[in-house]
Amino acid sequence: MFGNLSDRLVETFKNLRAKGKLTATDIDATLREIRRALLEADVALEVVKSFVGAIRERALGDEVSKALNPAQQVVQIVQEELVTILGGTQRQLQFAKQPPTVIMLAGLQGSGKTTLAGKLAKWLKDQNQTPLLVACDLQRPNAVNQLQVIGERVGVPVFAPEEGNGKGNPVAVAKDAIKFAKQKQYSVVLIDTAGRLGIDEEMMQQAKDIRKATDPDEVLFVIDSMIGQDAVNVAKAFEDGVGIDGVVLTKLDGDARGGAALSVAQVTGKPIMFASTGEGMDAFEPFYPDRMASRILDMGDILTLIEQAQKNFDEVEAKAMAEKMAKDAFTLEDFLDQMQQLRKMGSLKNMLGMMPGANKLKSQLDNFDEKEIDRTEAIILSMTPKERKDPKVLNGSRRLRIAKGSGMTVTDVNGLVNRFEQAAKMMKTMAKGGNPGIPGMPQGMGVMPRPQVKKDKGKKKAKSGNPAKRAAELSGIKPQVNESGSGSAFGLQ
Amino acid sequence: MFWRKKTKDEVAPSIQEVELPKRNLTKSIKGIFSRVKFDLEDLSSLEDVLIQADFGVDAAEQIVLEITAIARKQGLASESELRTVLRELLIQKLTRKDVALNLESGQSPYVILVVGVNGAGKTTTIGKLANYLVSGGAKVTLGAADTFRAAAVEQLATWAKRSNSDLVGPKTEGQDPASVAYEAVEAGLANQSDIVIIDTAGRLQNKQGLMDELGKIRRSIEKQVPINEVLLVLDATTGQNALSQAKAFTEVANVTGLVLTKLDGSAKGGIVYAIQQELDIPVKLIGVGEAIEDFGFFDANQFVAGLLGDD
Repeated sequence: MFGNLSDRLVETFKNLRAKGKLTATDIDATLREIRRALLEADVALEVVKSFVGAIRERALGDEVSKALNPAQQVVQIVQEELVTILGGTQRQLQFAKQPPTVIMLAGLQGSGKTTLAGKLAKWLKDQNQTPLLVACDLQRPNAVNQLQVIGERVGVPVFAPEEGNGKGNPVAVAKDAIKFAKQKQYSVVLIDTAGRLGIDEEMMQQAKDIRKATDPDEVLFVIDSMIGQDAVNVAKAFEDGVGIDGVVLTKLDGDARGGAALSVAQVTGKPIMFASTGEGMDAFEPFYPDRMASRILDMGDILTLIEQAQKNFDEVEAKAMAEKMAKDAFTLEDFLDQMQQLRKMGSLKNMLGMMPGANKLKSQLDNFDEKEIDRTEAIILSMTPKERKDPKVLNGSRRLRIAKGSGMTVTDVNGLVNRFEQAAKMMKTMAKGGNPGIPGMPQGMGVMPRPQVKKDKGKKKAKSGNPAKRAAELSGIKPQVNESGSGSAFGLQ
Repeated sequence: MFWRKKTKDEVAPSIQEVELPKRNLTKSIKGIFSRVKFDLEDLSSLEDVLIQADFGVDAAEQIVLEITAIARKQGLASESELRTVLRELLIQKLTRKDVALNLESGQSPYVILVVGVNGAGKTTTIGKLANYLVSGGAKVTLGAADTFRAAAVEQLATWAKRSNSDLVGPKTEGQDPASVAYEAVEAGLANQSDIVIIDTAGRLQNKQGLMDELGKIRRSIEKQVPINEVLLVLDATTGQNALSQAKAFTEVANVTGLVLTKLDGSAKGGIVYAIQQELDIPVKLIGVGEAIEDFGFFDANQFVAGLLGDD
């Protein structure tokens, strides 16, 4: 239906890339896409509005206008801000100094409280706690029964004096459970309550009464990650009605983007503590704000990619490289250097695979032999420093020595030298500001050309050493690299 | 809604004789349009409110565009005129001829298969629907094909008792749900049921294995009789993911109608608009509470009146 955010942003950025500098209008276009993405992820409108407002302020500031790639910088700000809201108040479960620790679960009908109670009980048990499950959902038919079955599955006892189905007093059950737990020395009491609507005053009062009667150390608000705009109202109602200490997000194994997490975190200011991620009783984990941020933005692993790229491609270094190229001082050593930097970022195939829209490239990727990098590296490392700095000294006997030293043939060595010369020439042209017919290339910032060279190399190596032919190949290869310009991650960074 | 019993001399019971719950949708879907400023030059507050009702960005933008076009064409600009344009547009788009349950054609027993994600309210819906049909004079058999969730069979058994329906459950723990469905239809044929309703386990639509299982359940039923209705139960609080749910379930189970549950909360269920537009599936039933009579048929006029806060 819709492309994901990363695809759309790549589209938006295509026009920006050439500029290198963002205007307020550019930023607004980017923010519109981000707003839409957040709304499609079910982040509540009021939260989206204040959020986008905050982003705009930061985006118009220095950090963006001075950034190497301003557009990408905006996305990074968004990611950062999301993580801040989602994980700003991250914390662990609070255990009582005097056991038992009392944990009460509350939420809408069907949010997954009873199942979660089982998972949490198992998790606590695995941490050498002795939990007791308490059946206080006396409303839904057979909720008590369900908790008993779950308790049996995870090997945790269930306190269930009432059979439920509309009979019995949940407040009394909760009170008795605490007494029972103290007597039997259970370390944690987990109270499952009936699902209730935020606007159902009677039921909210009941929840409040359970709270009053048991004085829980944690009231966990359980919310379905598929919930829409109503998340804000519901969260407010539970915060005001019962009071909550933490949030648990359920059904995260679905394909909902889970924008509700952001709404709830923002509106209540309470930490999201756990996520429920599957049918099994083990499918339960602490909440990871960064993963959730990427999920809400539907960014795939592009952010990981950006991070990796950022770690490895030093801005200063990149600028120095660009200057070098412009001065015609580009050597085989630099060539090798770039390659090693790329290597640091992880397997090239993996990297391309991380990028949105890279599926199109898949067949090309499969044809690409990463061992080419190894071979090229071997050849260059078999050269003396002098040879690396000035390939012109490479005569026949030197080439034979290098071939032997690297376990390659003289033809291979010739091929590499030729490719290097081609690449150096191309970079020089670009570095001087000329764009040799390669769209989407930033003005000589030195980052983009690297993959270009590399890709060249990989493809070229297998091809003939005929310079004329090569020139033809070169032009044939460029568009690919550029298409991987959805591999713009290179270019953007 | 009429259907014929197998014995021809018996009078066909009329479901319409059953009194519908008198719960007023207008009250349960709280009007959120009171804060909208109807200004033809700037309808962004309307767009905002539609987004907040879970219509989705695309549908909200589309509706605003259409209203602007209609109003310009007809020279309408006042707040009350624009409100009317909005009301009529929504009603027109949401109104369909095929909102009634198909209980007229097909082969008895009429089979209704109920599907949806976890926690949407499938079992509760079945209980209410069974009660409604039984009090209309139909003989109903329930098939408990949710053999996964703890105590789901017992939960349905409770509803069977409350609604005076027959129940067919798994004979052994963890029995294959497709075989339970098959046996339920078999029992329905044997005990001359008018209607068989099959409950299924909640499944998230991106779980391929579970979705395949649903296909198997459907095929096992169709070995005996065709399926009359496949109802997808949607929680009204669900956001944009409901569209993904509707798509996936339709692909596997050929959904013929939607049930919108939990409309008694503060959620508006606007996503059904997008689903109807995009997938052409009607909303047939609604759920408005936990009691057995908290149930009704979808009515576009009422729904829109509720949204707009009309009296």
